[in-house]
Amino acid sequence: MRLTIPEHEIMTPGHLACQGCGGALAMRYMLKVFGKDTMLSIPACCWAVIDGPFPYTSLNVPVFHTAFETAAIMASGIKAGLMVQGKDTTNVVAWAGDGGTFDIGIQAISGAAERNDDVTYIVYDNEAYMNTGIQRSSATPHGAWTTTTPVKHYKKGPKKNMAEIMAAHRIPYTATASVGYPEDFCKKLERAKNTKGFKFIHVLAPCPTGWKSDPRFTIKLAKLAVQTNYFPLYEIIDGIHYKQTVKVKERKPLKEYLKYQGRFKHLPEDQVQFLQDFVDENYELLRMKLE
Amino acid sequence: MKKTMMGNYAASWGAQLARVQVIAAYPITPQTLIVEKLSDIVADGELDAKFIKVESEHSAMAACIGASATGARAYTATSAQGLALMHEMLHWAGLARLPIVMANVNRAMAPGWSIWADQNDSLSQRDTGWMQIYASSAQEILDSTLIGYKVSEKVLLPTLISFDAFFLSHTMEVVDMPDIELVDKYLPPYKPDYKLDVNDPRSFGALTDEQYYYEFRYMMQKAMDEAVDIIKEAGKEYEKITGRLYDLIHPYRCEDADMILVTSGTIADTTNVAVDELRAEGKKVGNLRIRVIRPYPKKEILEVVKGVKKLAVIDRNISPGYSGIFSQELKSALYNEVDIPARSYIAGLGGRDVKIEDIKDIANDALKNDATNDLIWKGVKI
Ligand SMILES: Cc1ncc(C[n+]2csc(CCOP(=O)(O)OP(=O)(O)O)c2C)c(N)n1
Ligand code: SF4
Ligand SMILES: [Mg+2]
Repeated sequence: MRLTIPEHEIMTPGHLACQGCGGALAMRYMLKVFGKDTMLSIPACCWAVIDGPFPYTSLNVPVFHTAFETAAIMASGIKAGLMVQGKDTTNVVAWAGDGGTFDIGIQAISGAAERNDDVTYIVYDNEAYMNTGIQRSSATPHGAWTTTTPVKHYKKGPKKNMAEIMAAHRIPYTATASVGYPEDFCKKLERAKNTKGFKFIHVLAPCPTGWKSDPRFTIKLAKLAVQTNYFPLYEIIDGIHYKQTVKVKERKPLKEYLKYQGRFKHLPEDQVQFLQDFVDENYELLRMKLE
Repeated sequence: MKKTMMGNYAASWGAQLARVQVIAAYPITPQTLIVEKLSDIVADGELDAKFIKVESEHSAMAACIGASATGARAYTATSAQGLALMHEMLHWAGLARLPIVMANVNRAMAPGWSIWADQNDSLSQRDTGWMQIYASSAQEILDSTLIGYKVSEKVLLPTLISFDAFFLSHTMEVVDMPDIELVDKYLPPYKPDYKLDVNDPRSFGALTDEQYYYEFRYMMQKAMDEAVDIIKEAGKEYEKITGRLYDLIHPYRCEDADMILVTSGTIADTTNVAVDELRAEGKKVGNLRIRVIRPYPKKEILEVVKGVKKLAVIDRNISPGYSGIFSQELKSALYNEVDIPARSYIAGLGGRDVKIEDIKDIANDALKNDATNDLIWKGVKI
C-alpha cells in the first residue's frame, strides 16, 4: 500500500495542546502536506496558545498571530505582500477555530472568498469557544452542553452549515475533513494546495476538554462522527460539484457517537432522536447534491 | 511639477510617489476620492501595487498589517466611522511595530450623521501607538506621506496623517509634485530586519507573558521618543530636495508675542491670517501650530512658549467631560516647567466654519480675560 501521508514532520512535539487535542493533530497533517514554503495567519483561538509563548514556536513556519475576526483578511494581506515581492509560490494559510470562522470572522471570510483571494482557509472545528472556557458558538450542535448553554438550557437549534455558505460563494474548492480520516484529509489538503483562489477546508477536531470525552477516544470520535453521518466527508468544486470522499455503507446510530461525550450526557431520549432526525435530514439534503 | 488638486488627491499622489506596494481600502465620505484615484493609478499601471478591495475598514487595516509584516509598503485611507472600526487593528499595527502610513480625513463621529470637519475621530485613536500628523495644506498632505514612510520605516511605528474634511479634502490648491527620481533617493525601498520569511520562520505576536510584554511597551515608548529627532531630520532632508521644511510644530510670529494661540489643522492656517490682522492692530499675538501630536513635542513647545504671558488653545475636538485634547496635552506638558495662564476654546465641531473674525474674537477674549480652567465654547447657540 502506498503511504499517502507525508512522512516528514514540520510541527514539533513541544506544543501546548491538551492531551488528545484534535486541533493539534489537524495542524500536524496540514503542515506535512503544505510543507516549509507556508505562512500561517492564526487568530485568537486555542491555537494562539498551542503554538507556544514568546519567544517559542512549535510550528517551524512563519506565523502571524492576529485578531480574532481577521484570519482570512490577514492571510489575504500577507499573500498580497508576498505577491508584490515576487514570492508567488508561498502558501498562505488562515488557521482558525469555529468561533473565529462561523461567528466573528465570517465577514472577512466572505470578503476574501468573494474576491477569490489565493489563500487556504482551514477551520479546525471543536464546536465551541474552547480558548475562553467552552462557550457555545454557532458551530455547537443541538443539545450540547457548554458553559453558556448549561444543562438546563442546552444549545437549541442546528449547527451552522459553513461548507454550504462557502460553496454559495462559488469558490474553487470547499471540503470537509476529519482527523479520524487522515488520508482523506491529506488528499484534500494536497488539492487545496494545488488550486488557485480561495480554498476552504472544514476539519472536525474533537476536543476532550470541551466535549468531556476521554483523550484516548479522539480518533474514535472523529471516525464515529463520519460513520454516523453526523459529519459527512465531501468536497465541492466551484461551489457546485459535490463529491463524497468517504462513503458510509450503513450509518451507525448517532447514540454511538454521543455516548462517549459528557457534553451530551444530560440529553433526554426524545432530544437524541431529534438530533438523529436532524442528522439524517441533513445527510439527505447533501445526498441529493452528490454527483 | 505644479498641479492644482484637492487635498484628497494630494494624498493619492503622495502614496503613488512613495511607491506603495499594497493598498487595502474601503470607501467613506469624504475620503473616498483618495482610494478612487489610487484605483485608477493602479489600474493604469502607473503604480506597481496590489489593491485589495476589502469588505470593511477593519479588514483594510488588517490587510495592511499582513502586507507590512511581509516587508511590503502598505497604505490605506479612511475617515471617522471607518477609523473607529479599525480601532482594534490600529493597536495591532502599533504594537506589531509596522510602518504603515494612513490618511484620515477628519470627520465628525455620528450620531447625528455628519461628514464635516472634526478631529475627534483621530484623537480618539491617540493611544494606539501611531504617530499622528495634522496637516494644514494639500501640499503638506503629499509631503507628509513621503516623510511619514521615511520616519515610520526608521522607528518602526505607523503614521496617521489627518486633515480636515472638505476644508482640505475637497479644496483645490496648488501642489508641487517632487520628481520621482528625487523621491526614490529620499525614500528607498523598505527593507526590514525581521519579516515573515519562510527561510527564517518566526512567530509574530505570540502569547506574551508579563516577563516580556512590559519591556515591549517600554521599547515602543523609546521609539516614540526617538521619533521626535527622526521627524526633524527627515523634515530637513526633505527640505533639501523640495525647499519645504516640516517640523513637529510650526510657530508663526511667536518670537516677540505676548500671547500665543495654539492651533492645528486648517484652523491653524486661518489663525495665521488672524494673527497678521491682530498684529496690524498692535496686538502682539502669535500662532503655534501643533503639526505632530504623537510623539508629543513637549520640549519644542516649551521652547516656543516659555517667555509668553498668555496662551489660548483652540480645539476642534472635545473629550466629553473634560476639555479639548490639544489643550489638555499642552497643559500637561507645561506642568512642572512653567506657569503660563491659559484659556481653552472649543470651536468648529462638526464642520462649523471658524472664520478669521472668530479667531480674532477668541484672541481678544483671551487678551482681556484671566486664565481659567473652564472651557469656552466659541459661538455656541444655547
Ligand atoms: C474581538 C475579540 N473578542 C473576544 C475575544 C476572546 N476570545 C479569544 S479566543 C475566543 C474563542 C475562540 O473560539 P474558537 O474560534 O472556536 O477557537 P477555539 O478556542 O475553540 O480553538 C474568544 C471568544 C477576542 N480575542 N477578541
Ligand atoms: S481545549 Fe480542546 S481544542 Fe483547545 S487545546 Fe485543549 S483539546 Fe485542543
Ligand atoms: Mg472552537
